[in-house]
Amino acid sequence: MSIEIQNIRKQFGDFVALDDVNLTVNDGELLALLGPSGCGKTTLLRIIAGLERPDGGQVLFGGEDATHRHVAERKVGFVFQHYALFRHMTVFDNVAFGLTVKPRRTRPSPEAIRERVMELLRLVQLEWLADAYPPQLSGGQRQRIALARSLAVEPRVLLLDEPFGALDARVRKDLRRWLRELHDEIHLTSVFVTHDQEEALEVSDRVVVMDHGHIEQVGRPDEIYENPASPFVTQFLGDVNLFHGRVERGLFRVGDFAHPLAGHDDSDQALAYVRPHDLDVSMSAAQALAQGRIEHIHAVGPVVRLELRQDDGSVIDVALSKERYRELGLTPGDTAFVRPKKLSVFNGDASDYVI
Amino acid sequence: MSLLNRSYSVLPGFRLGFGISLAWLGLIVLLPLAMMIVATSRMGWPAFLGTVLDERVLASLRLSFVAAAIAAAINAVFGLLLAWVLVRYRLFGKRFIDAMVDLPFALPTSVAGIALTTLYAPNGLVGQYLAPLGIKVAYTPLGIVVALTFIGLPFVVRTVQPVLQELERELEEAASCLGANRWQTVRRVIFPTVLPALITGTTLAFARATGEYGSVIFIAGNIPLVSEIAPLIIVSKLDQYDQNGATAVAVVMLLISFALLLLINSLQWWSARRNGAQR
Repeated sequence: MSIEIQNIRKQFGDFVALDDVNLTVNDGELLALLGPSGCGKTTLLRIIAGLERPDGGQVLFGGEDATHRHVAERKVGFVFQHYALFRHMTVFDNVAFGLTVKPRRTRPSPEAIRERVMELLRLVQLEWLADAYPPQLSGGQRQRIALARSLAVEPRVLLLDEPFGALDARVRKDLRRWLRELHDEIHLTSVFVTHDQEEALEVSDRVVVMDHGHIEQVGRPDEIYENPASPFVTQFLGDVNLFHGRVERGLFRVGDFAHPLAGHDDSDQALAYVRPHDLDVSMSAAQALAQGRIEHIHAVGPVVRLELRQDDGSVIDVALSKERYRELGLTPGDTAFVRPKKLSVFNGDASDYVI
Repeated sequence: MSLLNRSYSVLPGFRLGFGISLAWLGLIVLLPLAMMIVATSRMGWPAFLGTVLDERVLASLRLSFVAAAIAAAINAVFGLLLAWVLVRYRLFGKRFIDAMVDLPFALPTSVAGIALTTLYAPNGLVGQYLAPLGIKVAYTPLGIVVALTFIGLPFVVRTVQPVLQELERELEEAASCLGANRWQTVRRVIFPTVLPALITGTTLAFARATGEYGSVIFIAGNIPLVSEIAPLIIVSKLDQYDQNGATAVAVVMLLISFALLLLINSLQWWSARRNGAQR
C-alpha cells in the first residue's frame, strides 16, 4: 500500500516540528527517514501511524484519506525503539495480542491464532522462545518479537521508530541485514526512522533526509551519497572537508589554488565539500585545493588516514588506499598538496553546519 | 549446611547487617507479640475459649475484618482511579489534591473520627440529606466502613502512583496500533502491570483498617453486637482490668491478620511471577 503525505504541518508550542512536508512512499518499498534528533522524523512517522495528529495536511493510504482515522483502524504495524513489549505476557501472548483483541466476529479460532503466531515466530527465527517472558530476552530478540507482534495483524504498512537504536553495534548490524532480507521476503511498504546514515544508506530503497522539519533530499542511497543536494546533506552523510573559495570561469579557486569545475555559475562565495576518500595527495600544485604538512598517519587497515595541517591551522582529512600510500612514500612532516577527485560545490557563505 | 546460604557479594557487612536487622525486628516486632502470647497462655484453654467464643467478641471480630475488607475494596477502586487522574491528567490544583491525599496519614485519627461523625450524624451536613432516604451512616457498621475508607485511601494511591508514573506510554500506543480499543488496553495491558502495586496498597489499607481504633469509635456508636469493633473490645476489657481477656482477643486478631497477610502475600508472589519478574 502506498502512503502519500500532503502538506503536513505540526507544531509543539512554538517549536515547528514539521513544516509543510510532502512525501510519497511507494507500494512495497523500504524507506528511511534520516536526520539529526529534533528534525521531525519521528513526529512524521507517528503522524503516519496516527499516534500524533497533524495541525494541517493529509495522510493518504492507497489514495484514501486516513488523516482522521484512529490508530486502531489504520492497520499499521509500529515497532518502537524500546520494544514496548507487554512484560506480563509470554512471547506467544505478545505476538497473539493483535489477533486476540479483534472483535469476536472477525477473531480467528484459537487454533488459527496458534498457527499464525508460530508461523511468525518462525519468520523471526525465535519459535523456541514462545513461552519465555520479555525480561528474559536479549535486546535483539525483543526487537524481533516486537516486529513479529506488529506483523500478526497483517498491517498495510510497517513503521519502525529507530528500531535498532537501543542495541549494541554488533547486534545492530546483524539485525539490519536481517530486516533487509525480511523486507525482500514479505514486500510490505515500510518506513523506518534513524539518525544513523550508515544504517539508512545500507538498508533502504530510498532515503529521505530531513532537517528542522523540512525534507532536504529524497533519493536512492547512492544518488544521495553521490549528489547531495545541500551542504547539510553532505555533512550529515559522513566525514567531509570544507573549502571556502569562489567560482570563476570554470575554476574553483581557493587562495592561489584552482581546480577545474564544469557546469557551475560564477560566484564570489562558494563552498566545496570533499570526502576524505575523494582527496588525493600530490606533490604538484596542479588542480590542487590546498597545501598542508602531514601531521599524522594512521596506517592500520586497508585505508590509510592522513591528517594535513594547513598554514591557517585547520586540518584536512585524507583517506588513501594502501597502494597509493606506498606509491607516494609519504612520511610525517612532508608538505603535500591535496587534489579532489570529486567535489560538491554550493553557493553561499554558510559556515559549518552544526550537527 | 549453612542457614545463611549467601552468594559472594562485594558489599561488606552482610553478617553485621543481617544481625542488626534481625535483632531490631525481634526487639520491635517479635518481642511484644511474643509477650502477648505468653500472657495468653497463662490463662489456659477453657478461659481462653470462653473469652474468645463470647458472642460479643465474635461479632466484633467479624465486624472488624468484614468492614476492613469492604473499605479496602472501595479504596482499591477509588485509589486506583485517583492515582490515575493524578498521574495522567493535567488539571488545576493537582499539587493541592496530591498533598491532600496524605491528610489521612497526618491527621490524628480521633480528629478524623470526630469530623466524620459531625458530617454523617443524622443532623450533620451530609447526614441530614441521607436520613430522609433511610440511610443511617453514623452509629452503624456503614459509618465504620466510611471511617476505614478514609484512613486507608493514601496507602493505595501512594503505592500505585509511582507504578503508573513509570508505565510507558508506548505500551498503550503499541496496544492501539495492534487494534485494541481503550477498554482492552486498560484491561489487558495497564491493569496487569499495576496489579502487584494495587495488591500491595490494598493490603496495607486493609491491615491498617483492621487495627484502626481512633477514628472508628466516634462514628461507630459502639453498640454491642452491632457496631462494636474488636480493638474496642480489647480496650474495654483493659478498662475492666481484664488483661488476660484483652490479650486473648488480641491474639485471635493477630492470628487472623497474619493468616490473611500471608495469603495476600502469596497472591502477590504469584502475580509478580506472572509478570515475568523472575529471572
